Amino acid sequence: MSTSPKLTIKDLRVSIDDREILKGVNLEVKGGEVHAIMGPNGTGKSTLASALMGHPRYEVTGGEVTLDGQDVLEMEVDERARAGLFLAMQYPSEVSGVTNSDFLRSAINAKRGEGNEISLMKFIRQLDEKMALLEMDEKFAHRYLNEGFSGGEKKRNEILQMMMLQPRIAILDEIDSGLDIDALKVVAKGVNSMLSPELGVLIITHYQRLLNYIKPDFVHVFMQGRIVKSGGPELAERLEAEGYDWVKEELGIEDETVGLKA
Amino acid sequence: MSVETLLFDPKVVTEFSRKQQEPEWMLQFRLQALQDAAKLPLPKVEKTNINRWNFTNFIPYTEEAPVEGLSQLPEEIRELIFDGEEANVLVQKNSSVIFRQAAEQLAEKGVIFTDLATAAREHEELVKKYFMTEAVKKDEHKLTALHAALFSGGVFLYVPRNVELEMPLQSLFWLSGAETGMLPHILIVAETSSRVDFVANYVAERDSQAAVSNSVIEVFVGQNAQVRVATINNLSQSAVDVTYRRSIVHKDGRLEWIVADLSDGRVISDNTTHLQGEGGNVNVKTVAVGTGEMRANITSSIHHWGRHTASDINARSVMTDEASSILNSITKIEKGASKSDGQQSGKVLMLNPKARGDANPILLIDENDVSAGHAASVGRIDPLQLYYLMSRGIPRKQAEKLIIFGFLDAVISEIPSDTLQKRIHRVIERKFQS
Repeated sequence: MSTSPKLTIKDLRVSIDDREILKGVNLEVKGGEVHAIMGPNGTGKSTLASALMGHPRYEVTGGEVTLDGQDVLEMEVDERARAGLFLAMQYPSEVSGVTNSDFLRSAINAKRGEGNEISLMKFIRQLDEKMALLEMDEKFAHRYLNEGFSGGEKKRNEILQMMMLQPRIAILDEIDSGLDIDALKVVAKGVNSMLSPELGVLIITHYQRLLNYIKPDFVHVFMQGRIVKSGGPELAERLEAEGYDWVKEELGIEDETVGLKA
Repeated sequence: MSVETLLFDPKVVTEFSRKQQEPEWMLQFRLQALQDAAKLPLPKVEKTNINRWNFTNFIPYTEEAPVEGLSQLPEEIRELIFDGEEANVLVQKNSSVIFRQAAEQLAEKGVIFTDLATAAREHEELVKKYFMTEAVKKDEHKLTALHAALFSGGVFLYVPRNVELEMPLQSLFWLSGAETGMLPHILIVAETSSRVDFVANYVAERDSQAAVSNSVIEVFVGQNAQVRVATINNLSQSAVDVTYRRSIVHKDGRLEWIVADLSDGRVISDNTTHLQGEGGNVNVKTVAVGTGEMRANITSSIHHWGRHTASDINARSVMTDEASSILNSITKIEKGASKSDGQQSGKVLMLNPKARGDANPILLIDENDVSAGHAASVGRIDPLQLYYLMSRGIPRKQAEKLIIFGFLDAVISEIPSDTLQKRIHRVIERKFQS
C-alpha cells in the first residue's frame, strides 16, 4: 500500500451498557497529518479511541468508519491492526509468560503473513535500534509483556510497538498522562521519528503539554461525546491559557460530560 | 484369604518375581501386598469421585522385546528423549525394560542407574533399605498395595556422596496395546551433597485402550543434596493414570518437583514432600492440560517437620472441552517447625464453558513462629488481554495460544532440557488442535 492512508469517521455512535457515549463523531485523518483531540475528562475521548480499535466493551450503534475505503467496523480487532490501525493504549494489559520480544515478533509476523516472516537477525536489529531511540534498557525485550512495568515504561513500550509495527493510522490515547517531562520528550521523539506522509496520527489528550513536543496540524475539542469545535494549533494554545469555559459559553454547553468518566 | 478374592493371581506374581530372580523378601512383600490390595479401600482424594475408575482391570505383565538402540523406537516415542546418543536413559515398554544406555563415567563415579529388579539383585541392601519403607508404604490404600504387588521395571538411581551430575538422567515409560498395565517404580537416592536431575516421561500409543498406569516415585534427598525431578505424563483418553510421588528431604536438602499432567483420561497425580531436616527446601511446580473428558485430581502436599524449612507450590491447569481438574495444595507446618515458610499458588484457566476447574488451597499450621501464604484463582482468558494482543494484529487463536503458553510457562520453562520443553509445547499444541 503506497497510497496515503485515510481514516474516515462519519456520525459514529457508541454505547456502553446501553448508554450512549459517542453521539455522532465526524473526523477525517489523512497521511502526513497530526490531529489532536482535546477535552475535559468524561467527555468520551478515550471511548472514541477504544471503539475505533474494537474494544469488546463498546458497542457501535451507528455511523461508519473506513480506513482506505475499507469498512473498519466490520473487521475483527486483529484485522483492523493488520489493515494499519494502531492504538497506543492508556492502560495496556499485562501478559505473564509472554516476553515482549516474542509478542512483538508474533505481531510483526501476523502482519507479514505466513512464508514471509521477518528474519530473527533483522528483527533483533530493528528492536535494538528502536529501543535505543526510546532509551529503553535491553532487558525489556526479555521481560514479560508489561508485567511489573512502571506507568512510564508501559507508555514507552506502547510507542516501541508502534515503531516496530509501522501502522498507517496511529491513535495515541493519553500517552502523556503520568509521564514526567523527560519521559514525555522520549515518547515524543519516538512519535516524531515516525511522522511521514505514510502515517496519520490522532492524539488524544487533555494536556496541551504534549503538543509542545508533537506539533498538531488540527486540534479538535471534544465535549458531550462529539467534536464541538475544530481549529489549528492556536486552538490548543488558547485552551491551555484559558481552559474550556469559553468554548462551553460560546456553544451554550452547561455540562460537557456524557455522564460517565471516560 | 482364598485365591478367588484376590484381584490378581498370586501364581502370576510369583512367576514374574522368580523370572527376575528377585530376592525372596521381595516376593513375599509382593504377595502380602496382593492380599492387602483386596482388603484396602481406594485412597481418599479431595473433591473427586474415583469409585468407578478402572484401577484393577489390566494385564499386569506383557513381555516386550528389547531394542538395540534408540533409533529402533518409533518417532513419537524417540522424540521425547533428549541429548541423542549421549542420553543416559532407560526405556520401559509396558512391564519390560527394553533399553538402557548410560555413560561410563556414571559407573566410575559410583552412580547406579538401572532397573529396579537388577538393583534388587546387585544392590540388595540399598534397595531393601529404601524401597517402600519410609516414603510410600504398601498398605496406605488399594493403589499403593496394587503397585507393591505388581510393580515392574522402573528405575533405581543412586548418587553417592559429593557426586554432582551435570546431565539429566532420563526414563521413558511407554504404554502400548489394549488393557495393558504399566507399574514402574522409581527409587532415587541422592546422598549428602550430591546433585542430580531426573526426567520421567510417561507416554501412551493411541491404541492403548483401557490401559492402566500405576506408578510410584520415591525420592530421598540427602543432607545438602540437590535433586530435581520432572515428570511428564501423556497417556491416552481411555487410560487411568495414577502417579504417587513422595520425597523425604534431609537437612539443607533441596528438591524441585516439576509435574506436567497432559494425560487425557483419568488422572490421580500426587506429590508429597516431607521436609524432615532443618533448612530443607522444596519447590513444586505442576501443570495440567486437559482436553476431551479428562478428569484429574492433582494434589501437592508439603509437610514441614524441620525448623527453617521452606516450600513453594505453584500449580496451574488449563482445561478445555469438558475436561475437569481439581488442584489441591496442602501445606502442613508441624509443631516444632519454627521459622518455616510455606507458600502456595493455584491457578486454573478454563477455555470452554463446559470445562471445570477448582483450586483448593489448604494451609494447616501447628506452629506459631512461621510464615505462610496462598493465592488461588479460577477463571477464563482475560478478554482485555486478548483484545490487547489482537490489537497488534495477532489473530484470536494465536493470541489465545500465547496467553495459554504464557500461563503455563512458569512451570514448563523449569523442565531441565530446552529440547524437551519444545516437545512438550508441541504435545500441548496438538492437544488443542484435535
